[in-house]
Amino acid sequence: MKVSVYRYNPDVDKRPRMQTYEVRPVQGMMLRDALLEIKKQDESFAFRHSCGEGVCGSDGVNVNGKNCLACITPITELSEPIVVRPFPGRPVIRDLVVDMTQFYEQYRSIKPYLIRNDPMPEQEIPQSPADRDELDGLYECILCGCCSTACPSFWWNPEKFHGPAALLQAWRFLADTRDQATEERLDALDGPYKLFRCHTIMNCVEVCPKGLNPTRAIGRIKDMMLEKGL
Amino acid sequence: MSIPTRHFDALIIGAGGAGLNAALQLASADVHVAVVSKVFPTRSHTVAAQGGVNAALANVLPDNWHWHMFDTVKGSDYLGDQDAIEFMCREAIPTVYELEHAGVPFSRLDNGKIYQRPFGGQSQDFGGDQAARTCAAADRTGHAILHTLYQQNIRARTHFFDEFFALDLVRDKEGAICGALVLEIETGEPILIEATAILLATGGCGQIFRTTSNAHINTGDGCAMTLRAGVPLMDMEFYQFHPTGIAGKGMLITEGVRGEGGFLVNKDGERFMERYAPRAKDLASRDVVARSIVTEVKEGRGAGENGDYIYLKLEHLGANVIEKRLPGIRESSRIFAGADPVSQPIPVFPTAHYQMGGIPTDRFGRVVIPAKYGAEEAVAGLYAAGECACASVHGANRLGGNSLLDILVFGRLAGKDIIEYVRTNHSRRETDPVSLEQAMARLTRWDHTGEGVPAHQLRAAFRKCMEDHAGVFRTEEVMAEGYKKLGELRECFKDARLGDQSKVFNTARIEALELENLIDVGLAVAVSALHRKESRGAHSRPDYPKRDDVNWMKHSLYYRDGDRIDYKPVRTKPLTVESFPPKERTY
Repeated sequence: MKVSVYRYNPDVDKRPRMQTYEVRPVQGMMLRDALLEIKKQDESFAFRHSCGEGVCGSDGVNVNGKNCLACITPITELSEPIVVRPFPGRPVIRDLVVDMTQFYEQYRSIKPYLIRNDPMPEQEIPQSPADRDELDGLYECILCGCCSTACPSFWWNPEKFHGPAALLQAWRFLADTRDQATEERLDALDGPYKLFRCHTIMNCVEVCPKGLNPTRAIGRIKDMMLEKGL
Repeated sequence: MSIPTRHFDALIIGAGGAGLNAALQLASADVHVAVVSKVFPTRSHTVAAQGGVNAALANVLPDNWHWHMFDTVKGSDYLGDQDAIEFMCREAIPTVYELEHAGVPFSRLDNGKIYQRPFGGQSQDFGGDQAARTCAAADRTGHAILHTLYQQNIRARTHFFDEFFALDLVRDKEGAICGALVLEIETGEPILIEATAILLATGGCGQIFRTTSNAHINTGDGCAMTLRAGVPLMDMEFYQFHPTGIAGKGMLITEGVRGEGGFLVNKDGERFMERYAPRAKDLASRDVVARSIVTEVKEGRGAGENGDYIYLKLEHLGANVIEKRLPGIRESSRIFAGADPVSQPIPVFPTAHYQMGGIPTDRFGRVVIPAKYGAEEAVAGLYAAGECACASVHGANRLGGNSLLDILVFGRLAGKDIIEYVRTNHSRRETDPVSLEQAMARLTRWDHTGEGVPAHQLRAAFRKCMEDHAGVFRTEEVMAEGYKKLGELRECFKDARLGDQSKVFNTARIEALELENLIDVGLAVAVSALHRKESRGAHSRPDYPKRDDVNWMKHSLYYRDGDRIDYKPVRTKPLTVESFPPKERTY
């Protein structure tokens, strides 16, 4: 099986190149296993990875034109030649390793934490199972970045548009019955860019390795804004 | 040697649950704190914890912290320190409420309270009926907690050094530990971080074994740094093999599956746990279940083509329960085992999972060593919390749901203790150039080129050797041979070479640095295991099948220098209640 990977090491390379490796496929092989096999052949090849089971969100890459998590992408689902590139639109640090600073900054900027003004009760803040269900499909985000780096609006305006991952989390807190900063959160999302650059292209939904739906979350935020008459 | 230097009141190494909970206490108290992590914080392995965190909230069944304490002492096979265990079980309750207030999306009961599920080794009324003590966010509790703690640290404006690798601790001229030399992975440049207090929260070392539920990053870095600083590691022979890893792969299938009603069967479809643990059955302690599975396979009752695994059945729970309570497991099983648990059993086998031992600490997270005079003394300014530390609350075997609890309780307490420590210890200590040079040597030794074993080959050989010689069942013969081989590999390490000498994001270099840690910590496990001539908790010796409280109810201490072993007594006296004397342990 041939796997072609993007190579760029600023210490030695003037410009990036693609390099092809021969990898012997085995039963149940994931793309991450194939990349590890390449690393065995050539230790200078760099990519991030850790848990190997799709929960830590380290090994997002672009394979055959689509963003995915390498550790839960079976190679049998990929057509040859397998072409692996870093996430599009992000500065490359080395090989498949990209600079995710802007992505994390957008996440931090939506105040991704529970805000409550009431004094805390002695025990848990009560929440009904139905209210808790509202958080399903939101809290599971692993911040891998597959969605935001597949989003054309984020490619154009990564400093101004929050991007699908951050907006999914914005909705996660708006949807939480325990949170008491609804107006503050909605006010902060106002304006032409932060939220409204989403043109429902839905690349985010297509690539999310956890099956989450940022486009729907963005729609719910917009609905809430209308409701609140902003 | 001129190395850029930064100063903080407190330095935390590791950004999992323990590190982040400590950081949150410190940043909220306006202590100038830095967190160094070799990965972006939410990639830390706490994220992979599934089933939940224990606290006697009594939301589902009657419960109290004293029963929780009994279960934990019994689960530890009476090797846990009862003062620390009492402390943890009492603190569990406010700790879980605090997490909920911080935003953790726990699953809920109809009355709006936190959902709790039964887990292994839990009982009501000191060994009575099954309890339901594990607070869960579906089967993604670790993810929910880690992300919440990171989010709260964003609010508290904690200073993070993301993707910085800690090379070694450094000392001042008086010999006091005063900081750490760290490597910025992106640039390949070292920087020195000096601090009044240092907390090691670097997690476990599952990567010493070939088949493990642990992530690539779990290489025992903090434990190895401590060993190199001359501090012993405690109870390292007690390594937990989780009963249900996906066969041949090692990914974790939470005990919560059995807590929700799933059970194990052999190739004949027999619920074999009824034979090994007539009362608790599939919810016996992890060491018991792991041994039972290995025994079934060894005696020819394993399933599959090679008879090398058994089945975990949960079809009878129905698609609704599986989707609601165990969605992550369903996903993992489909992806890695090719089996949808709604209609097919999951092939499982024990997988290396958790180190009960670690850096010896008291219940405030202070690292303690045997004193010249008296029992023990704290190492000034050095703290440890989480899986890398040993308080000791897990003794010889950890109960499911107590690891998230351990990291949260002791991370929080260490944070609070550090606040006091830095307020009373102002004087800035300067790093001794000799100490700095020693730490730098760990990095520069990889600059040597020429002939030698590639580091990655040595890593694979070492992990295989650990798996073959320090697994679920251990005999003198197998372990002695293993120790010899590991010693040879440690010698080989001196000639290990790195081919790629580049600086920017050189992951091969990081892995080579981790290899040194794996070797140090792996030897600690192997040597401690070889010395302990009894069976207790996870340390199971067919040649010494009984627990021996007369000679062996004591903690091991392993020193790197000369592979030396020492011992210290178990603390059997709790803080406020009666001691639980050792009893035969049956489930």
